[in-house]
Amino acid sequence: MTEDDLRQMIGRVQRGSLSRRGFVKRLAAVGLTAPMATQLLALHGINPASAQSVPAYRPTRRGGGGQLKILYWQASTLLNPHFAAGTTNQDSSRVFYEPLAGWAADGTLHPVLAAEIPSIANRGLAEDGRSVTWKLKRGVKWHDGQDFSADDVVFNWQYARNPAVASVNSGSYSDVNVVKVDDYTVRVEFPRPTPFWADAFVGPAGMMIPRHLFRDFAGANSRDAPTNIRPVGTGAYLLDSFAPGDLLRGRLNPNYHMDNRPFFDTIEIKGGGDAVSAARAVLQTGDFDYAWNMQVEDEILKRLEAAGRGKVNIVEGGGVEFVQLNAADPNREVEGERAHVSTQHPAFRDPAVRQAMALLIDKNALEQFIYGRGGPATPNFLNNPPRFRSGNMRSEFNIARANELLDGAGWVRGRDGIRVKDGVRLRFIYQTSVNTPRQRTQAIYKQAAQRAGIDLELKSVVASVFFSSDVANPDTYTKFWADMQMYTTTMPQADPERFMNQYVSWEVSSRANSWQGRNITRWRNDEYDSTFRAAQAELDPVKRAAMFIKLNDLIVGSNHVIPLVGRPTVSASLNNLRHVLSGWDTTMWMINDWWRET
Amino acid sequence: MSQYLVRRLIIAIPSLLGISVILFTILALAPGDPFEELATNPAIPPEVRANLRASLGLDDPIHERYFAWLLAMLQGNWGYSFVSRIPVADLILQRLPTTLLVIGLSQVLALVIALPVGVYAAMRPYSIFDQIANTLAFIGFSLPTFFTGLLFILLFSIYLDWLPFVYRTDLQSTGWKWWGDQIRQSIMPIAVLGLFQGAAWVRFVRSAVLDVIRLDHVTTARAKGIPEGRVINRHVVRNAMIPVVTLVALQMPIVFSGAIVTEQIFRVPGIGSLLISAILANDTPVIMAVTFVTAFLVIAFNLLADILYGWLDPRISYR
Repeated sequence: MTEDDLRQMIGRVQRGSLSRRGFVKRLAAVGLTAPMATQLLALHGINPASAQSVPAYRPTRRGGGGQLKILYWQASTLLNPHFAAGTTNQDSSRVFYEPLAGWAADGTLHPVLAAEIPSIANRGLAEDGRSVTWKLKRGVKWHDGQDFSADDVVFNWQYARNPAVASVNSGSYSDVNVVKVDDYTVRVEFPRPTPFWADAFVGPAGMMIPRHLFRDFAGANSRDAPTNIRPVGTGAYLLDSFAPGDLLRGRLNPNYHMDNRPFFDTIEIKGGGDAVSAARAVLQTGDFDYAWNMQVEDEILKRLEAAGRGKVNIVEGGGVEFVQLNAADPNREVEGERAHVSTQHPAFRDPAVRQAMALLIDKNALEQFIYGRGGPATPNFLNNPPRFRSGNMRSEFNIARANELLDGAGWVRGRDGIRVKDGVRLRFIYQTSVNTPRQRTQAIYKQAAQRAGIDLELKSVVASVFFSSDVANPDTYTKFWADMQMYTTTMPQADPERFMNQYVSWEVSSRANSWQGRNITRWRNDEYDSTFRAAQAELDPVKRAAMFIKLNDLIVGSNHVIPLVGRPTVSASLNNLRHVLSGWDTTMWMINDWWRET
Repeated sequence: MSQYLVRRLIIAIPSLLGISVILFTILALAPGDPFEELATNPAIPPEVRANLRASLGLDDPIHERYFAWLLAMLQGNWGYSFVSRIPVADLILQRLPTTLLVIGLSQVLALVIALPVGVYAAMRPYSIFDQIANTLAFIGFSLPTFFTGLLFILLFSIYLDWLPFVYRTDLQSTGWKWWGDQIRQSIMPIAVLGLFQGAAWVRFVRSAVLDVIRLDHVTTARAKGIPEGRVINRHVVRNAMIPVVTLVALQMPIVFSGAIVTEQIFRVPGIGSLLISAILANDTPVIMAVTFVTAFLVIAFNLLADILYGWLDPRISYR
């Protein structure tokens, strides 16, 4: 099916001569999934049957649900979304604060404080892609009774972009301009046509703090604000008490702006401990309703699930565990800098070696024996939302073929069994953070590589060092002073623009940018750069999706990046708890819609 | 006596300064920073991290940071937590009651077990009671607390379902039920810590009492016809307590610093779990405050032990 056919069909649905269901069926016939089909329609302003992306909410009155008990093995430490560095703090903040819109599980937007999702049809989106106009929901009140209005939205923009505040969300706000149109309308203006307009005021970075309480703390004194740990938001629950690093308690907000919500009278989030006992507290003893991020071996989870009290939830997102092959030479110094971008890796510059490396990792074994349901094998770097997933990549585990390739390229086994060519030995330092599944993956990779005459030297670095931004430390992943490394990169938005900038040439990590550049592999490719630039300005969603698929194929096809397994979020909940989870937003993104079936 | 006290207090100052310099330098030299989660999140541009580092003063030279910290500490300001962005003092105060309750009670439990059992075992060495007490004591301090903790959880929480294994600071119930819930959730952590400590102390008390019970003044006291209870209380235990006091006094600072492993297992929000999460997150001000206060308490309790000697044994006098 060509792009033209697709457009014609979308046009027919728009005119009403083809039903949505008929459209989905036809696309299924040519191998496109239903979510992708509905998303294509949504992108053209044809809304899928109401609230399809969010499960139905059945309770018919507010309250009466008793207590909701949630267990996190990492405790939240503060409740200001603009300082929330980790997901735990974002999640806890989300209980009290709300953005204009959130990301549903299928990667579509769902309005929260916005009256509707802007689109070209409702004139929210400018045709030239230079601005988006948000209409705010009326009658929303802060917990202290003040009205929520456009002034608050503008204030959040000013607050987050102010360098003195040091907000973690500043990246979403520093390049845009926000204008108050009237009390319930704001316009976000972009310096250039921007196809991905749903960044500011959306999702985790979009939570709104009240202007009247933070106004006096919008500078270097931001950390003195008493409301940093005593939130006054618009959310479904009011704060009862908060002990940083331990316990958060909230109670029903009687003036919440959505009907019949919330269901629970009180909410409690307990933090600390370890993942395994958190799983036990839900699945085995039933002391808690929900436990976050079950980084527990799937074996154990299955055994606990057998008790029949609770279940494990797997929510797909864009996180991917992958291996990088350094494009630069980490062992040579140019101008006093290791892995200088002007150098080439002596072995990995040969495509045959890279291809062999990709053939030597048994992804299915990783899925089967290490990650279980928490890590499905994947051939792609960009996996989700489904409309951006490439169908062109294949992964294969084939040691014989790897040997063949290396033989063909002239890499000959030495006396110790390790291949050599022109004095370059296939001996690589393979680094990752300290984490049991990663060390087991390293071992599996090493064994297979050995059989192809490649020796992997395994190195593991403590996570707080590996992932730090400490410029003085040689072992950080952004320096990548090793031949190969492995970690998980997350995708916090349902749009891949931020995600795919990891391989553009102007992001190369080097001393000049204190190793803060996002292109850590240091791979450079003109076609990639130009396609990425084009995607940044392409307003047609279908064309843009095709561009991102091409970007994925370019980087994965180069074999400088070897995707291993997807990393969906895994959580545990009691069987009777009805929650709304999403891989594109925080765990609590729809906490107002959680309820219990009796 | 007061002269001695003043001298000891003056000596304590350079020790504390030395300790603080060493602690601060080690923490400053340790790799890593508190922004691990920001690193793998592509939505957060690197400049944000650099900006945060600068705003927390992580890029300043070590000596400047040390003097800034020292000055603030002298003014009673313990600094701001990097992770929570609230004063460290608040964080510690919030956790102090739970720590004192759980760890303090476990120490009391240890003493309540160790003193009578140790003394009685020493009064009848190699009797059946002594043998059993000894064996249990060996088992008690050979098993690490993380193991007994898990064992207790498996037995009492999972199989028998009697006790909760998640400690909660604010229980919903009131009145007698509150007491019941509080006791139920405290039993396991207190027992794990108390039994471990008590086991070690039983051995110690026993050998201290054994040393004294054979001395001539005890034989004399008995020969004079003083009742056995009085001999033991007045003439044996009081003399035998001197080494025990040292041991117990040196143990007291942990009532403040908490028990890292046990707190983690039972999710007790004490200072031990604050310390470990601060270490994992590289939250230097919190680590600094907790370790420094612990160092201060060690010095203070040492002094206290020395003063107690004088009371227990009048022959010891200080000038």
